[in-house]
Amino acid sequence: MNVKEIFDSMSYGPAPESSAEAMAWITRHNGAFGHWIDGAFTKPGASFATSNPATGQVLAQVSQASEAELDAAVKAARRAQPKWAKLPGHARAKILYALARLVQKHARLLAVLETLDNGKPIRESRDIDVPLVARHFYYHAGLAQLLGAEHPDLAPLGVCGAVIPWNFPLLMLAWKVAPALAAGNTVVLKPAEYTPLTALLFAEITREAGLPKGVLNIITGDGDVGAALVNHPDVNKIAFTGSTAVGRKIRQATAGTGKALTLELGGKSPYIVFDDADMDSAVEGLVDAIWFNQGQVCCAGSRLLVQEGIADRFHARLKRRMDGLRIGDPLDKCIDVGAIIDPAQLATITAMVDANAEGETYRAATPLPAGCFYPPTLISGLSAASPLMQEEIFGPVLVSMTFRTPEEAVALANNTRYGLAATVWTENINLALDVAPKLKSGVVWVNATNLFDAAAGFGGVRESGFGREGGWEGLLAYLKPAATAKPLKPVAAFPAPKDPETPGLDRTAKLYIGGKQARPDGGYSQQVWSPKGKLLGHVGTGNRKDIRNAVEAAHAAKGWAKTTAHARAQILYYIAENLSARATEFAARLRDLTGANGASEVEASIQRLFTYAAWADKFDGAVKAVPIRGVALAMNEPCGVIGALCPDDAPLLGLISLMAPAIAMGNTCVLVPSEPFPLAATDLYQVLDTSDLPGGVVNIITGGHAELAKTLAGHMDVDAVWSFSSSDISALVERESAQNLKRTWVNNGLARDWAGAAGEGRAFLRQATEVKTVWVPYGE
Amino acid sequence: MQTHLSPTAPQAAHLPQLAHPRNPGMALDLDWVAAVQANTSAIERRAATLPGRRSVKKDFQAAWLCKAISLIDLTTLAGDDTEGRVKRLCAKARQPVRAELLEKLGMTGLTTGAVCVYHDMVEAAVRALEGTHIPVAAVSTGFPAGLSPYKLRLAEIGESVKAGAREIDIVISRRHVLTGDWQALYDEMQEMRAACGQAHVKAILATGELGTLRNVARASLVCMMAGADFIKTSTGKEGVNATLPVSLTMIRCIRDYMDRTGVKVGYKPAGGIAKAKDALVYLSLMKDELGHPWLQPDLFRFGASSLLGDIERQLEHHLTGHYSAANRHAMG
Repeated sequence: MNVKEIFDSMSYGPAPESSAEAMAWITRHNGAFGHWIDGAFTKPGASFATSNPATGQVLAQVSQASEAELDAAVKAARRAQPKWAKLPGHARAKILYALARLVQKHARLLAVLETLDNGKPIRESRDIDVPLVARHFYYHAGLAQLLGAEHPDLAPLGVCGAVIPWNFPLLMLAWKVAPALAAGNTVVLKPAEYTPLTALLFAEITREAGLPKGVLNIITGDGDVGAALVNHPDVNKIAFTGSTAVGRKIRQATAGTGKALTLELGGKSPYIVFDDADMDSAVEGLVDAIWFNQGQVCCAGSRLLVQEGIADRFHARLKRRMDGLRIGDPLDKCIDVGAIIDPAQLATITAMVDANAEGETYRAATPLPAGCFYPPTLISGLSAASPLMQEEIFGPVLVSMTFRTPEEAVALANNTRYGLAATVWTENINLALDVAPKLKSGVVWVNATNLFDAAAGFGGVRESGFGREGGWEGLLAYLKPAATAKPLKPVAAFPAPKDPETPGLDRTAKLYIGGKQARPDGGYSQQVWSPKGKLLGHVGTGNRKDIRNAVEAAHAAKGWAKTTAHARAQILYYIAENLSARATEFAARLRDLTGANGASEVEASIQRLFTYAAWADKFDGAVKAVPIRGVALAMNEPCGVIGALCPDDAPLLGLISLMAPAIAMGNTCVLVPSEPFPLAATDLYQVLDTSDLPGGVVNIITGGHAELAKTLAGHMDVDAVWSFSSSDISALVERESAQNLKRTWVNNGLARDWAGAAGEGRAFLRQATEVKTVWVPYGE
Repeated sequence: MQTHLSPTAPQAAHLPQLAHPRNPGMALDLDWVAAVQANTSAIERRAATLPGRRSVKKDFQAAWLCKAISLIDLTTLAGDDTEGRVKRLCAKARQPVRAELLEKLGMTGLTTGAVCVYHDMVEAAVRALEGTHIPVAAVSTGFPAGLSPYKLRLAEIGESVKAGAREIDIVISRRHVLTGDWQALYDEMQEMRAACGQAHVKAILATGELGTLRNVARASLVCMMAGADFIKTSTGKEGVNATLPVSLTMIRCIRDYMDRTGVKVGYKPAGGIAKAKDALVYLSLMKDELGHPWLQPDLFRFGASSLLGDIERQLEHHLTGHYSAANRHAMG
C-alpha cells in the first residue's frame, strides 16, 4: 500500500519492536543455558528447547536439572543463608534497591525477552510486567530496611524453594524473590519450563547488583524438577504459583515436613456489573480482565455477572469492543492479544469451549493469525451449573450470566470452589462497599480490574490457595519466630487404676454442638481418671458424624461474623467474668485432671479472654499506599469456620488460647479439647451458655485427636484447621487439608509456652483472619 | 428572527464534503441524561494506556499524519488578527505542506479541513479560499465566554452565515450545565442550531469549565439531542482544553447517541494538541472507539494552530531520514 492508499484505508500497519538485542543476548550464551548456581552458570546439560509461542521458533536450549544439580543449588543457598541473614537490613536493602534500578536499566531487554518467550504483547511486558517487577524490588528494599526495627522477634525461614508459572515469568520471580531476600532467606527458584529465559537473564543481572553468591539460585527443568525441589529435605519453605491441581499435590507432598508453604493457585473470578455502572468503562475493564495476557491470568475476571436489565445492551457493547481487539505478533506495538503459551494450552482451551453446547458463543470479528492464537470469545447465557461457569479455562474466553439483585450477585459470585479476586462495577458507593466484604476472595477491585502493587497483598482463599504476596503481610510469610521451640512430648491420659474410686453422683459430660449438649453419635464414652486413680467422669467419644454436625452448627452461626467487634468483645469479657465466678471449681477440676495447681491456669485463662476481648476491636486493617488516586483497603476478615485440635498439656488455657482469638475475629469454631484431660472443656460449655455466646459459635467435640483431625482437616466446608495436639498429627492435618486447600496451622511436634508470650498475640490473630485487599479508585 | 428555522425539520441539504444526513436532534430525554455515568478513574486509566496500545510506523505514520492535516481546522483567534494574517493562514490551508514533499508522498492536493476565525475575519477568509472546497468556520455566540446578550449571540450567528461561514462554532452557557438546567441548555442549543440554517453547528462545551466528566457527558448528550452537528471540547481559552479523558467521555456519548438514534455526530477536540504524536493518538482513539467514518472531515476535526508545524517536520523526516527544522516550512 502506498501513502495515498493508507490515507484512504487508515489501517494500522506493522509496528514491530526489534528483538535484536534479546536475540544477541541468547547468542552470547551460544543459545544454550545451564543453571545459575552459586553465582555462576553451570555448563549446559541435558536440555530442552524453549520457543517463541507466536512463531514456534526455538529461542534457546535450556538444561533439565539433575538431582545433583538441584542438590548443588540447595547447598549453595544453604551455605549463603546465614551470612545473608546476618547482614544488617540496610545492606540487604541496598542490594534490593540496586536490583530495582537494574531492572529499570535493562527494562526493554527484559520486556522483549519476556514477550519472545511467553507470547504476551510487548505493551504488557513493557508497560505492566517489568515496571511492576522494578516496583516490587523497590518496595522490598524498604521492607528489608525496616524489618529489624519492626519485627525484632522474627527470623528468616532459611532456604526457600520457589516454583513459578509461565504466565508472568519475571513478575512471579519478583514476587517470590524480593520478599524472600528482604527477610534474609536464600532462594532456589525454578521457572516454568515454557518460560525460563527472563529468570536466567535476571540471574545474570544480580551480579551487577552485588548479590552474594548462592543467595539466589535458578534451576531449570520440567515439573519433575519442581517436584524434586518441593521434596528436597533441606528446603524450609515452598512458595508456589500455579494450578490448583499441582498446588494440591504440593500440599500433600510437604505435609508433615515442617516446610512453610504459600500457594497462589487458580481462579474463576467474578466480574459483577450492576445496572448503575459506567457501562463503557466496565466493558473496557473486561479487556483488561480477560483479554489481558490472553486470559492466561489466575485472577482473570473470567466470569461476567451482569444485572439482567442491562444485560443485552452490555453484551452488545462488549461484542463491539471485542471486534476492535487486534490479535497477532506479540512484538508488534499495536497488538492487544498475543499468542497462547503453547499448542497444548491452545488445545485445552479449544477442547473446553468446543465441549460446551449451552448459551451463545461469540467470537471477536477480528482477523486471527495462523499459529498458536485463540480469538477473544464470549459465551453468554450460561447457567451456574455449566462446566464453563465453574472451571478455569485459562484462555481468552469470558463466560457470562445474569443476576437480579445484589444478594443474588453475591451468591452467584461465591458459587465457586475458588476465591482469588472479584471485580464490582457500580457508581453507588453504598453498594460497592456492602458487596466487597461479602465476596469470597482475597482481592476485590471496585470500578477497576487487575490492579497490582507491591504494597497491596495479593492472594486467595478457598482453592485459590493461601498466603499473601505483597505488603507486610506478604513478608511475614518468609519469617518465623526467632525463638527456637522444644519438642513436645506426647501427653498421655492417666491409666485406669486397679481399684477405682468412684464419684458420689455421676455427672455426664456431653458434646457441645450448636449451643446444645449432645450425646456422641457413636454411643461410646471414655473414662477420665485422675493421677490418683479417681474416676473423674466420662466424656463422649466423638466421631465423624459429630464433626459433621458441629461444622453444620458452626456454619449456621455465621451471623457471628456480622456482629460488631464491640459486641464480640463484650461476650468475651462476659465469658471471663463467668469463668472468674467459678474459678475455684475450675482450679479444682484442673488439679484433679493433671495433678498440677489449677488456680494459675484459670487465672491465665481469664487474662487471655481479656486479651482477645481487647483485641476484638483493635486488630485494625490498613490503607495501603498504592500508586493510584484511591485507596487499597487491607481488611482483616474472619476465615470462616476454624477447626482446632487443642493443646493436650494446658487443658483449659490451651483451648481458650485458640477459641478466644478465633471468635474475637468473627470466626465460628469446632474445638477438640485436650485428649487426656477433656473435662475442663466440657465444664466450660456451661460458662459459654451463661455468657450470651450465640449457639454454634463454639462447638466442642471430645474424642481421639487422630481420628477427629482426619475428618476435620478433610472437611470441605471448614476454612482452616489448627493443631496443637501432642499426638503426632501435623502431617495428617496438612495432608487431609489438601482436599479443599484450607489453611492449616500446626505445631510440627513442637511445644509452645501457653502461659507465656508465645501463647497469645498477633500471630494468633493473623491465623484467625484473611487479609482482603479492596481497591477503590476514586475521583469525579 | 429571520434566520430562525424549524429546529426539528430534518436538513436534507448537504454540503459538498458531507456523506451523511445532519443531526436532526430529538426531544430532550431527561431520563437518559440523568442515567449518564462517567467513572473518572476508569476513563483516565483507559486514556492513559491508549498511547501505549497503538502505534503507526513508516508509510503508515506518514499517511496518518496526512490524514491529520486533512482534519485540521486551521485556526487563528487572536485580538490582533488582520486580513493579511488571515490570508496567510488561508494560503497555508490550501498548501499545508511544501509542494515537493506532498508530491513525494503522493498526496498532492492535500488541504486542511477548514479555516477557523472570528466573525470579522470571515469574509476575508472566504475570499482567500475561493476556488477551494475548504470551508470557513466562525467562532460565534460571544466566543469564548458566551456571556453577551442572548439576542446578540443568536444574531452573531446569522451575520457569520451571511458573511459566508459554512460552519459555526458556538459556545454553550456553562452555567446551564453547572446548575443542571438541561432544559435551558437544550433550548439554547436548539435555537442556535436553527440560527445556523444550512451552516453546520459545532457546540463548544468548554469542558475545562464543567467541573466533572459526568457533566461533560450530560452536556454532550443534551447538545446532540438539540441538534448539534459536532460537539467540541474547548475554546482553546480555558485553563484545561482537549484531554484524552474528556475526549473518551464525549465520543462514548456520540456512540451512545448513534446507537439510539442512528445519527452520527462529529467530534472536535480543540486546544492543546500541538504534537504529531498527539494527533496519532487521537486518530487511533477515533478509529478504535467510533470507527472509520470518524476519520473523515465531516465527522472529525482538530482545532489546532501549531499542530501543523510539527506534522510538517515529521513528514520531512519521514522522507529524508533527517530531523527537520521549522524554518524549512512556510509559516501559516
